[in-house]
Amino acid sequence: MDESIELRVNGTPVKVPPGTVVAAAVARAGVVKFRTSVLAAPRGPLCGMGICMECRVIINGDAHSRSCQTLCAPGMDVWTT
Amino acid sequence: MNHDVIIVGAGIVGAACAAECARAGLKVLVLERGTIGGGTTAAGMGHIVVMDDSEAQFALSSFSRRLWHELAPQLPADVEFDACGTLWVAADEEEMAEVYRKQKFYSDRGVRVEVLDAEGVRRWEPNLRPNMAGGLRVPDDAVLYPPCAARFLLEQAARDGAELRTGVEVVELLPSGGVLLRDGTRLSADRSVSATGPWSPALTPGLPVRKRKGHLVITDRYPDYVRHQIVELGYLKSAHSMGKDSVAFNIQPRKTGQMLIGSSRQFDVEDTAIDPGILDRMLRRAAEYLPTVLRLSAIRAWTGHRAATPDKLPIIGPSVASERIWLATGHEGLGITTSLGTGRLLADLLLGRKSEIDPEPFKPERFESGKHAVGHEVAAKRAE
Repeated sequence: MDESIELRVNGTPVKVPPGTVVAAAVARAGVVKFRTSVLAAPRGPLCGMGICMECRVIINGDAHSRSCQTLCAPGMDVWTT
Repeated sequence: MNHDVIIVGAGIVGAACAAECARAGLKVLVLERGTIGGGTTAAGMGHIVVMDDSEAQFALSSFSRRLWHELAPQLPADVEFDACGTLWVAADEEEMAEVYRKQKFYSDRGVRVEVLDAEGVRRWEPNLRPNMAGGLRVPDDAVLYPPCAARFLLEQAARDGAELRTGVEVVELLPSGGVLLRDGTRLSADRSVSATGPWSPALTPGLPVRKRKGHLVITDRYPDYVRHQIVELGYLKSAHSMGKDSVAFNIQPRKTGQMLIGSSRQFDVEDTAIDPGILDRMLRRAAEYLPTVLRLSAIRAWTGHRAATPDKLPIIGPSVASERIWLATGHEGLGITTSLGTGRLLADLLLGRKSEIDPEPFKPERFESGKHAVGHEVAAKRAE
């Protein structure tokens, strides 16, 4: 039985194993730039443990969600900025 | 005398007094024990708002708002002046009656306002819960970042020859003129002005100024989450009671896209620690109006003390104790707005100039009788 979870990253369907964090799903979708800083610089995961705030994405409409601290869920809608 | 005026306190009120006095040609020295705008000014939301609790409060706040608009073109970008307007929201029909009362009060006095129905509120602010009764939009109200505004006013003062010293603590205002510093130094001046907000009773014993603690929360950037400074009209029922702790919904959009959330009021709490219980009540109150607000990411919470007076009016003018000791304090939650009007009034009084608004309701001597009547009643009695 296929236990993988399907979610969308920037509108594109991505399949990941259960227990995968959103940051990994974004990476699997081939996206490198997770967000754009105030000074227009590209940003992506740095610490991987919820401290640096660099991996923020929009998850189900909630901006500034930490992709490294959020587990993927079926049907999740993720957008980088 | 080395200086004409020594101003104690480099908050926004002291800064505005310094700018006006220096502009009028007085030799000004500003003394600050901490940093510019680091006290009560840093605990203000920076709402430039016309208020209507009394005729005197209206006169000072509308006069001051006009002065801010006149100054706006000169304000540097970091002051973040934004004429976003105020939206007073009515949750029910009782509060809607207050909307109409306010509409009449403001319109009668030439302040532009617009009554919104439920649909009108929803169109402007779709993140508010959908069943608001309506609201009153005051489009010419504004917001700014207070510490930078204080710094700007001190720069204006410096351009006109004023001197600023920080890290200097004044322990006494001398009846003979000037001040005594913590290290024993005496600085002489024709007059001293205490712009020390909630700390003013320490320099002027007996002054009826109480510390009122308030909490603030600022979020990450969510541009256009709200578009106006939104204030609940229940504010009128809760904020103005001098008694127990209270919270009210108040949110402000910053130019950065951040949301600044208030407000709380606690009397006579000395410490500046975050009170989790009050913070929780404050944010839950906000969530009653903005159901999604608790999904925003807060990046900082802090507190500060405001200077409350019994009649909710600031204290501006010569002290009862000495003609050489002047006061500019007691601005409570309106000091960012009324700082400019205060500076102008103070300079008018110092120089014997005619003021644009009546200075009587703000004079320190009103507390002499021991009866703390509300400001407009004091003004009315004096007019008799």
